[in-house]
Amino acid sequence: MSALDRKLLRDLWRLRTQVLAIAMVMAAGVATLVLAIGAYRSLDETRETYYERYRFADVFAQATRAPDWLAAEIAEIPGVAAVETRIVKTAIMDVAAMPEPATAMLVSMPAIGEQVLNRLYMRQGRTPDPERADEVVVNEAFAKAHGFVPGDTFHAIIDGRKRELVIVGTALSPEFIYALGPWDMMPDDRRFAVGWIARKAMESAFDLDGAFSDVSVKLLPGASEAAVIERIDTLLERYGGRGAFGRKDKQSHAFLDAELNQLAAMARVLPPIFLFVAAFLINITLTRLVALEREQIGLMKALGYRSSAIGAHYLKFVAAIAVIGVVIGGIAGTWLGFGLTRLYGGFFHFPFLVFQWGADIYAIAVVVTVGAAMLGGLRAVWSVVRLPPAVAMHAAAPVRYHKLFAGGWLGGLSQTSVMIGRHILRYPVRAGLTMLGVALSGAILVASLFAFDSIEFVTDFTYYRADRQDATLEFTDAQPARILNEVRRLPGVLSAEPMRAVAIKVRHGHLERRVAVVGKPRGPDLSRVLDTQFVPVAMPETGFAPSEALADILGVRVGDIVQVETLEGRKRIVDMPVTAIIQSYLGLLAFMDIDALNRLMRDAPMVTGVNLAMDAGRANDLFAAVKDMPAVGSVALQKKSLEKFKETLAENLAIMVSVYTGLAVVIAFGVVYNAARIQLSERGRELASLRVLGFTRAEVSWILLGELALLTILALPLGWFLGYWVAWIAAQGLQSELYRVPLIVSRQTYATSSLIVLGAAIVSALLVKRRIDRLDLIDVLKTRE
Amino acid sequence: MPQPVFIVEALTKVYRTGDVEVHALRGVDLEIDAGEFLVLLGPSGSGKSTLLNILGGLDHATAGRVLFRDAELTAFSERQLTLYRREHVGFVFQFYNLVPSLTARENVSLVTEIATDPMRPEEALERVGLGARLDHFPAQLSGGEQQRVAIARAIAKRPKVLFCDEPTGALDSKTGVRVLEALVKVNQDLGTTTAVITHNVAIGQIADRVVYFADGQVARVEENATRQVAAAISW
Ligand SMILES: Nc1ncnc2c1ncn2[C@@H]1O[C@H](COP(=O)(O)OP(=O)(O)OP(=O)(O)O)[C@@H](O)[C@H]1O
Ligand SMILES: [Mg+2]
Repeated sequence: MSALDRKLLRDLWRLRTQVLAIAMVMAAGVATLVLAIGAYRSLDETRETYYERYRFADVFAQATRAPDWLAAEIAEIPGVAAVETRIVKTAIMDVAAMPEPATAMLVSMPAIGEQVLNRLYMRQGRTPDPERADEVVVNEAFAKAHGFVPGDTFHAIIDGRKRELVIVGTALSPEFIYALGPWDMMPDDRRFAVGWIARKAMESAFDLDGAFSDVSVKLLPGASEAAVIERIDTLLERYGGRGAFGRKDKQSHAFLDAELNQLAAMARVLPPIFLFVAAFLINITLTRLVALEREQIGLMKALGYRSSAIGAHYLKFVAAIAVIGVVIGGIAGTWLGFGLTRLYGGFFHFPFLVFQWGADIYAIAVVVTVGAAMLGGLRAVWSVVRLPPAVAMHAAAPVRYHKLFAGGWLGGLSQTSVMIGRHILRYPVRAGLTMLGVALSGAILVASLFAFDSIEFVTDFTYYRADRQDATLEFTDAQPARILNEVRRLPGVLSAEPMRAVAIKVRHGHLERRVAVVGKPRGPDLSRVLDTQFVPVAMPETGFAPSEALADILGVRVGDIVQVETLEGRKRIVDMPVTAIIQSYLGLLAFMDIDALNRLMRDAPMVTGVNLAMDAGRANDLFAAVKDMPAVGSVALQKKSLEKFKETLAENLAIMVSVYTGLAVVIAFGVVYNAARIQLSERGRELASLRVLGFTRAEVSWILLGELALLTILALPLGWFLGYWVAWIAAQGLQSELYRVPLIVSRQTYATSSLIVLGAAIVSALLVKRRIDRLDLIDVLKTRE
Repeated sequence: MPQPVFIVEALTKVYRTGDVEVHALRGVDLEIDAGEFLVLLGPSGSGKSTLLNILGGLDHATAGRVLFRDAELTAFSERQLTLYRREHVGFVFQFYNLVPSLTARENVSLVTEIATDPMRPEEALERVGLGARLDHFPAQLSGGEQQRVAIARAIAKRPKVLFCDEPTGALDSKTGVRVLEALVKVNQDLGTTTAVITHNVAIGQIADRVVYFADGQVARVEENATRQVAAAISW
């Protein structure tokens, strides 16, 4: 080993804490990169493979009752590769040992042959016998939640009759990787099931002989989805078609998409932050190392070492840090990435996982990390190469300070404060970057923790301000309005409000959209409609109130006229004014006065659902009664949904907070510790002199740590600002038709992020303080720097 | 009969580095009187700095005692030593050890801010003849000027004792003399007990007493019947 390489190893060992702190920042960058890209690719590939093998459809549509022969016409549409029609209905279930009713989405299996699209992946048992009406395959998650195995039974209220269903198998489906029940914001496998039943049984149960209510279409490669959707809509229009849509609007698909988007965003945002900070840390560390070794460099040059050899020596130092970072980060990222992929795999019920951890991910990691490190070290190394030996052997020119903070205009400042101020101003770039580094640490926290504020806000809005009902009953079909009285008489019902949902097409100019418009009573008390100022809206007698998202799509404001075309019952086309814009975070919604809607439909007053408030003490009586109510297709229990949601969220919160805290701590610690060590190296002599003069350890530490404390404190608001900005970008990126993310950052989030950053800074300061305390007083007196 | 400020009894200092033991002091006995101007002479490595560092509260003795007035300095804790340095001791070193980011005046203020009964920084600087260079940074001052700032900084708190370890070591003769003049003036005006280490035998002439060190011990002590003025010597 050459002497220079031995020096390299000794330097690395001597500066090990600093080296490790920098390497950890790099490792965090590498880990997030490897984790995010690896998990993204794996999940994307897993999903693609799953979709491909189990023929997940591309376009979906629902109708009230479409004749079977329409399938052939849909198949004729150019670009359509395969069509499968089904009957899909919801029903409430009565599961023994669970008082509250659960909701099942019942899906028909083809009468003849195998499923063409959205095929089941059987986990246990077999598919139902096409001739048997009582056999069902359920989704595995539901079976697991209740400990069901093939042969077990549960009851479902189908077509007004309680029927016993025998589970003959459990399955996974590409269509339900994320299965949400009505009103749920998180899957609740106990209260929501998907059940596959023979087509024949479904036809007779829902009175749909020779008809279908749901169609899935697979497209030919290169086919235009929009064109196919258009044609399907036209074909289904007369049969209560509710608007075809592609995968991106299919709930199950879209939720995974949102997760994948987040991973992609993570891969784009986090690694650059870490690498930038690491480059900065390498820059200041190497600059200091070179300054300390100035005379040695001169000596080596005088001895005949080539400048390039000496430059290479320092580059090796930098490369060594990068390599340590890549190795740690690569291992951690792979490990965490596999874990995350498995976690997602379970959450999204994938039957298998395809891990995609190509060598290229690591190659990218190595290239960007070593690149960033080299960039950080370049300036210092260049100064080494350029330094003429004669100059190097002399002491460096003294540092010039500026007379800012002179006694005059800030007379109250102590000399130690003046020292702090002048030092910051003497190295403004370094101070600024130190601040920025600490701020980025806080920003990472704000930008990740804000998600919980937004979710909290949305749930508060949804469950406590807008939809305050305890339960929502939805009927399989529209019912005469008098059913409301029946519901009011159910045990435990305190109040009930009707609603009616009708599929419509709404137009504004050339923009149009198919949505369900929900009719509500004029001044609802339970399920309220709030405008964008969060003020309850009283439904005007005429007029149309779209949600903000829908209004944006249509480009309408209050006062504009929209054209509404009914897609159910007799076709009507009516012009209506937009009377309010509604606040909503989930889905595309539109509201009308229920009477106006009934008039529009030109039929007797009908309801499709009832919102109700219940006496919690009599909930079980109510549940029992509802389970026997023939018309009810689904029951949503808002408070249960919220509970489940909060429970799942709390679990995620713990994981997420610890991961992001770890990342932020790595940055804050790395920045503060390195800044402090470099300052100590530069000013150790000065500080020891002050100790000789009779300054206490605390006073002397303050001069160095006070500067960092000041920079850290100044960095906190900057971190809030940067974090808010990143959160804004993230929130924009997460907007979709399924949900909107309000940008809410609570004070608690700001405070938490600041506390974590401060904590990391304080720990690193304490580590450096131990070194300040051990400063050798006599040593500094003997030598000139 | 003036009171002794320091009584040093059988002071021993052993440095241990690994297996090697260096006996820097081997039983030093010495008394230093209040207001006295002492010069310490002796070959390199004879223990002069070690003694002064212990007297100044910068280092701990291995054995023996040092009494500072009535207090036993050798029994002081780290915290007490810091306070002792802060209140009673002024230091001047060969390499001035000024704070580069503070001006001359501010370097002096550094000490006056934490002292109980200091003089004004301007006054301290005037005493060493630097009344006109108050707002210069160390980097803008010559070596001799920097050393005089260090003296001003050392005396500004009106210390009981002033320890100078080769204060003229890095200076030429003419500049060195100006520094010595400043020291003598402080000693006479303020009555500060002053101990100066030097390799320069000529400097012995300005002292009340000259202590000769050899091999970690006091070899002999000479008293000057009359003190020379600093301006009269040169080297
Ligand atoms: N920190 C230390 N560790 C080990 N040995 C030391 C240490 N400091 C001083 N010594 C040794 O103690 C002895 C006395 O040193 P001291 O510095 O007191 O000498 P000095 O008389 O001041 O010499 P000089 O005139 O060269 O300054 C020397 O042999 C020196 O090598
Ligand atoms: Mg010495």
